[in-house]
Amino acid sequence: MVGIASPPLSSALEAQGRRSPRSAQARQGGAISMATRVQPWQLCPAGSAGAEALATGGAASPEGPGRPGPLQDETLGVASVPSQWRGVQGIRRETRSCQTASISTAEKAAQTRKHVDAQVQTEAPVPVSVPPTSLHDDPRLAAFLRRVEAMVIRELNKNWQSHAFDGFEVNWTEQQPTVTCLHTLGYPPAQGQGLHVTSVSWNTTGSVVACAYGRLDDGDWSTLKSFVCAWNLDRRGLNPRQPSAVVEVPSAVMCLAFHPTQPSHVAGGLYSGEVLVWDVSNPEDPLLWRTGLTDDTHTDPVYQVVWLPEPRHSHRFQVLSVATDGKVLLWQGLGAGQLQLTDGFALVVQQLPRNAKLKKPPRGETECSLAAEEAALTRMPSSVPLRAPAQLTFSPHGGPIYSVSCSPFHRNLFLSAGTDGHIHLYSMLQAQPLASLQLSHKYLFAVRWSPVRPLVFAAASGEGDVQLFDLQKSSQKPTVSIKQTQDESPVYCLEFNCQRTQLLAAGDAEGTVKGENKEGMSQLLR
Amino acid sequence: MTEWTNEPGLCPLRSSGPRPAGLGAQAEVEETLKRIQSHKGVIGTMVVNAEGIPIRTTLDNSTTVQYAGLLHQLTVKARSTVRDIDPQNDLTFLRIRSKKHEIMVAPDKEYLLIVIQNPCE
Repeated sequence: MVGIASPPLSSALEAQGRRSPRSAQARQGGAISMATRVQPWQLCPAGSAGAEALATGGAASPEGPGRPGPLQDETLGVASVPSQWRGVQGIRRETRSCQTASISTAEKAAQTRKHVDAQVQTEAPVPVSVPPTSLHDDPRLAAFLRRVEAMVIRELNKNWQSHAFDGFEVNWTEQQPTVTCLHTLGYPPAQGQGLHVTSVSWNTTGSVVACAYGRLDDGDWSTLKSFVCAWNLDRRGLNPRQPSAVVEVPSAVMCLAFHPTQPSHVAGGLYSGEVLVWDVSNPEDPLLWRTGLTDDTHTDPVYQVVWLPEPRHSHRFQVLSVATDGKVLLWQGLGAGQLQLTDGFALVVQQLPRNAKLKKPPRGETECSLAAEEAALTRMPSSVPLRAPAQLTFSPHGGPIYSVSCSPFHRNLFLSAGTDGHIHLYSMLQAQPLASLQLSHKYLFAVRWSPVRPLVFAAASGEGDVQLFDLQKSSQKPTVSIKQTQDESPVYCLEFNCQRTQLLAAGDAEGTVKGENKEGMSQLLR
Repeated sequence: MTEWTNEPGLCPLRSSGPRPAGLGAQAEVEETLKRIQSHKGVIGTMVVNAEGIPIRTTLDNSTTVQYAGLLHQLTVKARSTVRDIDPQNDLTFLRIRSKKHEIMVAPDKEYLLIVIQNPCE
């Protein structure tokens, strides 16, 4: 900017000097003054200097070339142009002020509440001491002692010599478990014929108990009519003399088993060797299936029937029957009311492994091997019909065996009971019994493990007792012994209720079924 | 020893007649307690007053205080039981048989004599 503005200015001064040489002197002064004024321009900062140069140039020019006028000495006053840049600057100056907003302050004070210091100290226990003998009490005390001494000495002597409490143990803690008889059920027509209860069974819901009437003590062929009776214990107005369902059967029923899932289906085995399945909810025509008397059926009385699940259909069941002819047969119910033989096993004395001596009575060996049979069945479900799968014969009882019960908790344990009055506890892995226990001097007809307590089992004896054992408490004597019959006639069967585990049913030779409630046994049974 | 208990009249201490209250009576009390204490199987003997405070004892302090307090209560309760059943009746002697001991209490209107015996020793 400076470079551009200065040349025209200097040329204008030169031109002025050429046109008026007379005033050169004055001009010189002016020039000098100008020059003196120019100098600071060049030193001035660029922005304001440019503007100043234009202003002075503008002011000097009108008198120069525009008006020639008369020659006269011009006295030009010193033009003084007040510098305005500071003024401009001053105008531009702004006053600014700033103020911070007042800082709000608040005062708060906090003070804890008064607190109190407390100190606690236990006193050192003052040793309780017997107060010192006060002398003035002595005469009365002496009199008192004189009075009671003789009595105390007498009692001390008596006490020392007494044996009244020898061996006396107070039983503060344990209440004797009690078993109460809830119902005594019977069917008078059957009892009138002198029939025994040969078998009892609870249905799957646990509310119906059924019993089979037959005879166990008479070996003759009989055509005596017999009955299967069922009582619903939940029904209001239960009549112990009148069953809720009665099925008449042409031959003595030896065994009974309710279906594991169908509450009204019950299978039974007859003295004639036939196996039947009834529906007790249908009083008009209760018979569902029967084997009939064919070549396949048993030729001897059927002593046990069991429902077995089919190998690949766990909800379908087959009937397994065992009889004294040495056969174990598996039956399948078909639509036509006919039980079809599907599988069979035979027990022949000659084929039994000879590692144990067998007793003569055929029932003994049959049922003795039943446990082996069941084990074999569970292990080899595809046995060939009428094969003899007995693998291990367990060391026998001193007589026929009436009942075998496999432990629901241990796969190898089972109990057997027989006419020698002994209970044997076997492991399926060895022939010798693990334990043997004489419960009765007569026969034992049934033994059952408790479905809920692994160490509890019940046994029915020929003396009319139902004995409950808890091996945890005692392995020698029964925990509870219940007198079932008044005249010591035998108890033939018993069965735990798997649903209502406090119930136990037992059937006896008087033709009655007793539903026992083991209220106090709840600790024992649960 | 035994003849004294069987025939109290022969007891030399008592046969010496009325004596000035004080040392003589105290000696008699000590003698009697010693006789009882020396009986077979006796573990401890104590005399408790009507407030249940032990006066004489042969046992240690804490045992004595415990026995005295509890047996005093029990004796009061037993006496009131007997008298409630039959107002004409009264408690004369209290025997407690426990597994370990036999505790005998001879009550009186002013004192209780408690003897603890181990009968099977």
